[in-house]
Amino acid sequence: MEDEIKTFTVSIYTENNIGLLNRISAIFQRRHINIESLNTSASEIEGVSRFTIVIKLSEERIKKIIGQLEKQVEVIKAYYHKEEDTIYQESCLFKIKSDLLFDERQIQNIIKDSNARIVTVNKEFFVLEKSGRSNEIELLYRELKVFGIMQFTRSGRIAVTKDEMKISKMLEAFNH
Amino acid sequence: MKETQTIEQQQKTSNTTERISGSEAIIKCLLAEGVDILYGYPGGAIMPVYDELFKYRDKIHHVLTRHEQGATHAAQGYARISGKVGVAIATSGPGATNLITGIADAQIDSTPMVCITGQVASHLLGSDAFQETDIVGISTPVTKWNHQITKASEIPTVLAKAFYIAKSGRPGPVLIDITKDAQFEEFDFSYEKCKGVRSYNPIPETDIDDVKAAAQLINSAKKPMIVWGQGVILSEAENELIAVIEKAGIPAAWTILGASAVPTAHPLNIGMVGMHGNYAPNMLTNECDVLIAIGMRFDDRVTGNLATYAKQAKIIHFEIDPAEVDKNVKSDVAVLGDAKESLKKLLPILNTNSHPEWHQKFKDLYAIEYEKVIKNDIHPTKEGLTMGEVLKEINIQTKGNAAIVSDVGQHQMIACRYAEFTTTKSNITSGGLGTMGFALPAAIGAKMSAPDRDVVAIIGDGGYQMTIQELGTIFQQKVPVKIVVLNNEFLGMVRQWQQLFFDKRYASTEMTNPDFVAIAKGYYIDAQKVTKRSELKKAVEEMMACEGPYFLEVRVEKEDNVFPMIPSGASVSDIRLE
Repeated sequence: MEDEIKTFTVSIYTENNIGLLNRISAIFQRRHINIESLNTSASEIEGVSRFTIVIKLSEERIKKIIGQLEKQVEVIKAYYHKEEDTIYQESCLFKIKSDLLFDERQIQNIIKDSNARIVTVNKEFFVLEKSGRSNEIELLYRELKVFGIMQFTRSGRIAVTKDEMKISKMLEAFNH
Repeated sequence: MKETQTIEQQQKTSNTTERISGSEAIIKCLLAEGVDILYGYPGGAIMPVYDELFKYRDKIHHVLTRHEQGATHAAQGYARISGKVGVAIATSGPGATNLITGIADAQIDSTPMVCITGQVASHLLGSDAFQETDIVGISTPVTKWNHQITKASEIPTVLAKAFYIAKSGRPGPVLIDITKDAQFEEFDFSYEKCKGVRSYNPIPETDIDDVKAAAQLINSAKKPMIVWGQGVILSEAENELIAVIEKAGIPAAWTILGASAVPTAHPLNIGMVGMHGNYAPNMLTNECDVLIAIGMRFDDRVTGNLATYAKQAKIIHFEIDPAEVDKNVKSDVAVLGDAKESLKKLLPILNTNSHPEWHQKFKDLYAIEYEKVIKNDIHPTKEGLTMGEVLKEINIQTKGNAAIVSDVGQHQMIACRYAEFTTTKSNITSGGLGTMGFALPAAIGAKMSAPDRDVVAIIGDGGYQMTIQELGTIFQQKVPVKIVVLNNEFLGMVRQWQQLFFDKRYASTEMTNPDFVAIAKGYYIDAQKVTKRSELKKAVEEMMACEGPYFLEVRVEKEDNVFPMIPSGASVSDIRLE
């Protein structure tokens, strides 16, 4: 079971320092592991960054990767999660010609059915935002592509875990 | 009363804070960390620091190596023999990139080292300025930590952190890149040593339950065996290890970097494991019932084929780095923490034991190895000189008290197999990275760190020529190292593999060598060449008696092989004696 390739989400809490992204990505690159998606942002703790990385790997290998990540001086804590252990989302933006909104009535139905949101509209274009699972975003992309998309961009996965990660307590302990 | 306090406080403030340049601050940080010697090479982007080094030359000794790689290896040699942090310094661009091999070597062999590089001024970063290179980016995968300083005010905290990280826990190299404007900038300097970094836990706490579980396995074992590594030396756990093996009567073998932690002559020291290790510990790895690994990382050169490595045994792993646990070999009991502390906790709960029948097996296999390999290596009857007999002669004349610094290849394996040690931290070699060219500069650092000890560098004719320019450093600094080149006019280890696995196609391994004695003499270093057995003893005598540095070339048999040998990818018990 441990050597079966699965999708894992990795959460890494780090100091917010220049060059750390390089150090973290090097751990994957050195082992010839592709990063499916990567997101980095502030976390729930002030001054602490959070990386969310999606990779496809065996559980045996992901455990070792977590060890290598935690070994980095500026990594506070790293975790890996199975799909069922997280609530995850991606976000995407579509830029589409405004004419289409009126000429192609079907677009309005697609927007409504997909729970996408129009962020802005002007004479030339409108911007559509959609958050959800990968497959929902892929479906919306396919549906809109036939009408023509001016620009499309999509975020990496962001995820929260169902269980507590106890990182704040760890940092508190250091301060005392 | 109040007034006196104020005056005292004022004095305190004026003592601890002063307005100085970034470059002077760097020197003051080094002094505060107890650095008395550093190895380096000047250049444009580091010149302000060198200017301060000139002013502080009576307090801190800068050694000009002949290449920045030499500076790193010298710093490594300094660190390995003393346990202190070695320091190397270089300019930006090529100066910095030349450090990389030494840094990578220090990373894989857990050597505490701080490298300081100059960098172009911060406003020029990213402009492809003269001698600009992204050394922080380049060194990231081979450093324990690295950081770029662009403001003088960062210098004290960052350097304090650098020394703390390099030395604590599992040691390693740290690189600090400092822009030239930060070196010139003046600021209010004060220094405080680093006591901790919140994101970094250098020594995981030892769980006493794990120690108890380990003791239980050891106490019930019939055929226990220890393999220790450099972790024992790094945590200075030599006495604790000896106490454990003596009390529980456990035969103990070492990895190449663990050598010298227990004296060679100790009856329970059963030799080296791994590709060219001893026959008995390799064979019996696959027969022991409990394998106790202490401060070692199950490197592939130690384990051979993992699928057939010690499968019959329960594995206990004493380890400071959690990432090493279950990385290569799955352990039944892992004891995290510092080896010294863990072994201290283990000792009182171990049963006294002796395992005489089990010991006999090691003796029996040693007898086979002696007959088939060792005898011919150290007491050869054939005409050509062997590397083994040179080591034997050095052992006799140094009484096993010398620090042996070896390079990489056949001579290294022979040196590690046959050098006799009485003192810990005496086997200095490039283990994990296998860096040819390591030994000559590393011997410089070792000798300068331990001037009272004999330091003998054992080098092959190939590796010697990779850093031969450091003879200039030896001459200029008057470093009395003894240099022994075992010259077989081949890149011997590669040739051995070509012979055994590539049908003797000796592609680019034969070397046409210069007159090494003339080169040494060109640097005013006393030198001689030995080509006959009858000359060897006297030549080693002359070398050891010489007060200054000495170069000895020994022409050895051209196509000797190192045995035993575990062919790459084979099982440890498939070890070949011929």
